Amino acid sequence: MLRIRNVVAGYGNLTVIRRASLHVKTGEIVTIIGGNGAGKTTLLGTIAGINQSREGEIFFDNHDITKLSSDKITSRGLSLVPEGRQVFSSMTVLENLEMGAFIRYRKGEKDEIISDIEKMYRLFPILESRKHQQAGTLSGGEQQMLAIARALMGRPKLLMLDEPSLGLAPIIVQQIFSIIKELRSFGNTILLVEQNAKAALNIADRGYVMETGHILLEGTSKELLENKDVQRAYLGKEYRRINE
Amino acid sequence: MIYDREYETMPRDELEQLQIERLQTTLNRVYRNVAFYRHSFDERKINLEKIKYISDLKELPFTTKEDLIRSYPYDMFAVPLRDIVRIHSSSGTTGKSIAVGYTANDIRHWSSLVARLLTAGGIGEHDFVQISLNYNLFTGGLAYHYGAELLGASVIPASATSDIEKQIIFMKDFKTTALISTPSYALAIANALDDLKIHPDELYLKFGLFCAEPWSESMRTKIEEKLHLIATDNYGISEIMGAGVAGECQEKNGLHINEDHFIVEVIDPKTLTPLGTGEEGELVFTTLTKEGFPLIRYRTGDIASLIEGACPCGRTLVRMSRITGRSDEVMLVNGIKIYPSQIEEIFLKLTNRVPRYLIVLGKDQEKDTMEIMLEISGIEALDEMKNILHYRDRLQQALEAATGVQSKVLLVETDTIQRMETRSKIIDRRCE
Repeated sequence: MLRIRNVVAGYGNLTVIRRASLHVKTGEIVTIIGGNGAGKTTLLGTIAGINQSREGEIFFDNHDITKLSSDKITSRGLSLVPEGRQVFSSMTVLENLEMGAFIRYRKGEKDEIISDIEKMYRLFPILESRKHQQAGTLSGGEQQMLAIARALMGRPKLLMLDEPSLGLAPIIVQQIFSIIKELRSFGNTILLVEQNAKAALNIADRGYVMETGHILLEGTSKELLENKDVQRAYLGKEYRRINE
Repeated sequence: MIYDREYETMPRDELEQLQIERLQTTLNRVYRNVAFYRHSFDERKINLEKIKYISDLKELPFTTKEDLIRSYPYDMFAVPLRDIVRIHSSSGTTGKSIAVGYTANDIRHWSSLVARLLTAGGIGEHDFVQISLNYNLFTGGLAYHYGAELLGASVIPASATSDIEKQIIFMKDFKTTALISTPSYALAIANALDDLKIHPDELYLKFGLFCAEPWSESMRTKIEEKLHLIATDNYGISEIMGAGVAGECQEKNGLHINEDHFIVEVIDPKTLTPLGTGEEGELVFTTLTKEGFPLIRYRTGDIASLIEGACPCGRTLVRMSRITGRSDEVMLVNGIKIYPSQIEEIFLKLTNRVPRYLIVLGKDQEKDTMEIMLEISGIEALDEMKNILHYRDRLQQALEAATGVQSKVLLVETDTIQRMETRSKIIDRRCE
């Protein structure tokens, strides 16, 4: 579904992605893990067309989207939930969900949109009880759920999530990740960027490990969880063993 | 049957994407973790970020056996030693060892790759698999053992014992359905059956996977006729991983290379330039998933060619021919590795010079024979007939002592060998 080859990207004189190649197949949950500054967010932004790649090619559904603008990419079915849950805080929960389906509304899919909102309420029951509340008054976890639900309202073929666990309590992280896992059974394909490697690898099929703009490892989640470098750097295993 | 349908029948464009991703991660890791590669790339001012396509591999230097010998034991390992769960080693007759380390993930990959080859060779979970390969520092025994267990087969770790009769007793008692061994060992079993007057139908054999030695189509026919099984060829090399690199399917027309884990190239061993499909040359492998001991463009010394076209079995993995020889002319005689250099050393010891010589390998019954022709001119001590015979006997004794193989020395007149116009020091008539 998504195929990236030799992408180089950055800001101004700064090169952040030094050369990245990866792919996501239909129905997969793929995660990119790595520390702060590894280039994960930049890579998602480059795929989504928010920043342009300097080199390389990005194919989505067999179409070259390397040079397309972000709105064209979104309308092709690739949706990004950015870091920091950027919901429209002065709008209600319901209005936020409606905004997520804006393109579809113009295409006249009104009935489907209404049924999709119901679907979102089933997936995130808390959103239904808060549907007339302003988004800005929601807790961090609720805002994250709303951000994901809003993106799903556009019925994307590929949903990209940037650090959905950021700044959330562990119990909320667990909830959100179990919902992400559930999305797969709705036929969604997901590319998930996370610093919380353990949570991400537990729900993903495959993963890539990024460090300083390079991809160092690729493999199934099981392989990466068993990799000692991953354990030391991202799972805190050695640390625990020393303390035990 | 196909063990891992997703990868073994992957469309070529998807496979290429996977290879590129894995190649790039491997290069990033060896540059970071293996001093040998970091120096080698820096010295040549190679920018790894320019390696964008599989064809860019040719910009990278080769890794040779000598590099591995120099790095013995641990300098080529790409992970801390505490991450290594197994070490294999091969020493060869030159006495110089190499060591290969495996992480837990490496062992898991290895087992699943061997399980693929076992499946390709016809073996399934209901089979009784007798592994008549050595279980030791050599990779063969353990590789097939782990692979067969992963497959869910019943494994009989018979090892390659000198007591052939015992192997046959195992086969009868345990109702062995599949045999894994070297081809020469399989023939030894077949001959022992003859001697013991046991008809192959008294056994339960259905499949045989044979490896670790070059063998021929006529040898396959002989093994199949004598043991009443379907014989397939397997290829592996301990530096790269061991067994599990490539194996034949039931079509028996070339060995499928596990390309999602290894990139294969064929090069001209003299000019080192890449050759096309169908052209015979030296096999060069790059590992794509190895954590403990990744290798970039490793020269195997094995001569083969890649086979064009799709295989009727449905696998999209490229096939290679049988190994037809060695680029560094190491000989396998009755399972013992012999280098021409060893023989030259003996010449040097006895007469202080290396005369013009030629090694002729042949077959007598099922055993390999080695004949050494050498020109006697210019060796002062050999003016008299009795000296000549004495020299010949001493040479034969010294050769046997050094190589462990009985050979026949044939002294010939000046220029006899030159007139034969062979480029190689070895003529191998065993497969004729």
